[in-house]
Amino acid sequence: MSLLTIIYACMFYAATALLVVGVAYKINSYARTPAPLKIPTTPAPTTTSGVVLRMTREVVLFESLFKSSKWIWIFGWMFHFALLLVLLRHLRYFTEPVPSLIAAMQPFGIYAGFAMIAGLAGLWARRFLVDRVKYISTPSDHLMLLLLICIGASGLVMKFVSHTDIVAVKGFILGLMLFDWQPLPADPALLIHLFLVATLMAIFPISKLLHAPGLFFSPSRNQADNPRERRHIAPWAADLDQK
Amino acid sequence: MAVAEFEVPKINEFSTVPAIQPGATAHLKPFVAAAPIQEAIGFPGALVEDWHDKAIAHMGTLLEKYRGFRVYMDACVHCGACTDKCHYFLGTADPKNMPVARQDLVRSVYRRHFTFAGKYFPKLVGARDLTREVLDEWYSYFNQCSECRRCSVFCPYGIDTAEVTMAGREILDHVGYGGKYNNEIIGKVHRIGNNLGIPGPALIDTLEGLAEDVKDDTGVDVAFPLDVQGAEVLLVTPSADFFSEPHVEGLIGYAKVFHQAGISWTLSSHASEAANFGLFIGNYEQMRKIALRIRQAALDLGVKRIVVGECGHAWRVAYSFWNTLAGIGAGANDPFSVMLQKQLDPRYPAPQHICELTFDLIKRGALTLDKEANDHRIITFHDSCNVARGSRMGDMPGGQFIIPREIIKAVANNFHDMTPETIHESTFCCGGGGGLLTDDLMELRVKGALPRAEALQRVVNQHGVNYMAMICAICKAQFVKVLPYYKFDMGMVGGVHQLVSTAIRLGSKD
Repeated sequence: MSLLTIIYACMFYAATALLVVGVAYKINSYARTPAPLKIPTTPAPTTTSGVVLRMTREVVLFESLFKSSKWIWIFGWMFHFALLLVLLRHLRYFTEPVPSLIAAMQPFGIYAGFAMIAGLAGLWARRFLVDRVKYISTPSDHLMLLLLICIGASGLVMKFVSHTDIVAVKGFILGLMLFDWQPLPADPALLIHLFLVATLMAIFPISKLLHAPGLFFSPSRNQADNPRERRHIAPWAADLDQK
Repeated sequence: MAVAEFEVPKINEFSTVPAIQPGATAHLKPFVAAAPIQEAIGFPGALVEDWHDKAIAHMGTLLEKYRGFRVYMDACVHCGACTDKCHYFLGTADPKNMPVARQDLVRSVYRRHFTFAGKYFPKLVGARDLTREVLDEWYSYFNQCSECRRCSVFCPYGIDTAEVTMAGREILDHVGYGGKYNNEIIGKVHRIGNNLGIPGPALIDTLEGLAEDVKDDTGVDVAFPLDVQGAEVLLVTPSADFFSEPHVEGLIGYAKVFHQAGISWTLSSHASEAANFGLFIGNYEQMRKIALRIRQAALDLGVKRIVVGECGHAWRVAYSFWNTLAGIGAGANDPFSVMLQKQLDPRYPAPQHICELTFDLIKRGALTLDKEANDHRIITFHDSCNVARGSRMGDMPGGQFIIPREIIKAVANNFHDMTPETIHESTFCCGGGGGLLTDDLMELRVKGALPRAEALQRVVNQHGVNYMAMICAICKAQFVKVLPYYKFDMGMVGGVHQLVSTAIRLGSKD
């Protein structure tokens, strides 16, 4: 077992732990904080099933963003949908045997790699070209885009420029999952790619990537518009009634 | 007070997004509340010595109490979708009036004190310490937001800057740095019963005068009752409806509708105000206390229905919050709420908007309407922000857009909507909402009205519109004052029930 394998194995355990524990902590903090007032942005659905539909449109189609700005929507949606395809493609490293659906979508995952970088590049360009967006951008906004682009680029390098031993990579990953460590190929593109992915996982719960769980807890989107029919009251507010 | 000179923005045929001008409105802020005003509603009289620690502690409290505030602090990705959506940004070009930048005023401090990244890498994530300069900036820019929620329509996560502004003002109030306009009015509501500070006898005089006016006008005895025990309807309306033009024409309209439909009604001197400025300062307890007056009045007078007059934020509070705050609606189980539920007529929603009531009567053919009486008017409708994005009318989503327009079309022949990106859920605030309707913010109010003025100009050019109907007392007061800066006649501004009042033919069904 090389030192490299040990370092990377430990790194991924640590990153996974930070990701899972951190996001669980954040989700718990959102869930236990009450929303004392009915504040859906109206017009809003009046039923729970309507809310589920609204949320689905937000999550899948980025409906509000579409209303807002076609440019951000095109780049943002392209990036996120491509990322989804890329992640699905990567499932082949985590499963044995590989499910047929995952096997069948492999080529789409490759195209998606390019679409992902194109989307990210578009979003980054806005941070320089649009004075309003430039004004609000912080160093972390730029670094986050850089990180994601580097992850995508290093992945594409392994596909198109310098192949890595993906059978060994799969062995390493399955080994991590089964706590039966296997050697990791010492390939620079791979090492960079994996290091950046671990970094992304680790910073997820302390960064703006929290927009992903946050959306599901946004009261302006996830509340039904039925305040006259049903009383909505937070525990701390109900205490006021007893005084 | 002499208002400082400022340049009135030019109306463009096609609305444009301005290039940012940092600091353009850094000088704007409302008068700070004096000690008696602050203390009357339970806030420190002046900025407390340990304001920094108190502010951070109160931010922590709000993060525990309000899920929206907590999620909104974390979720923003600085995508920029909201940056061209705020009427104050469009009118002033000050980048801190972009919703995301306004949120960042407090988010930067949140990050510094409540997040790992901000504690250890402040520069990286734009975290800041809460200095006196930052606190002053809060006071300035959280009083340049009308809490209209237009940004929240367009945010991919629904981040509502109104909630952030309310939290900001709430923190400022708690360290003794409140605004005079809002806090003085809240004190008046508690002391006298309404925002304008009209005492009971003056109200009686006014209402008698209105009855005489209507009698002179139509020959019919239309009642304007106050504190009538056992009336069917309690009407809760903004106090501007009693005195201000054109508001009072709307009150006459409500009275005529009640009269012709044969519905007995009353106003209450105890609750002679629909407005609830507790919303504007983001203070739950104040909002609740003000709302409880309504329940008290309804119980005291033994009414069967509670109807709210033309007032935007009041309708948001009534529709969305009264049930939560005061058990007006279904489901509360404290003794007073249960008493009220037994007392109110279950056939009608509680509370009900005056437009819902009038629309219902129109559909049933209960009103005699002469549309031609409004033929001298070419009408458009301004959706008020709190009605559009914070409430509903009728039984389906979007009823708040349909019902007022259907009323207008039932009482008048000439109606033209403004361009789609400026109405319905995308409507632009009048520029004076959210507790900013004060002369010390006139520059902001004029500039913030620009997007609406541009949309109005387009229908004036295309259709000769000469009347902008609306259902909000703040919108009416604001437009009467600021539209003349853009060379519109202030007579263009009026209520929906002013149109009803013109068209209704009293006597014919009596």
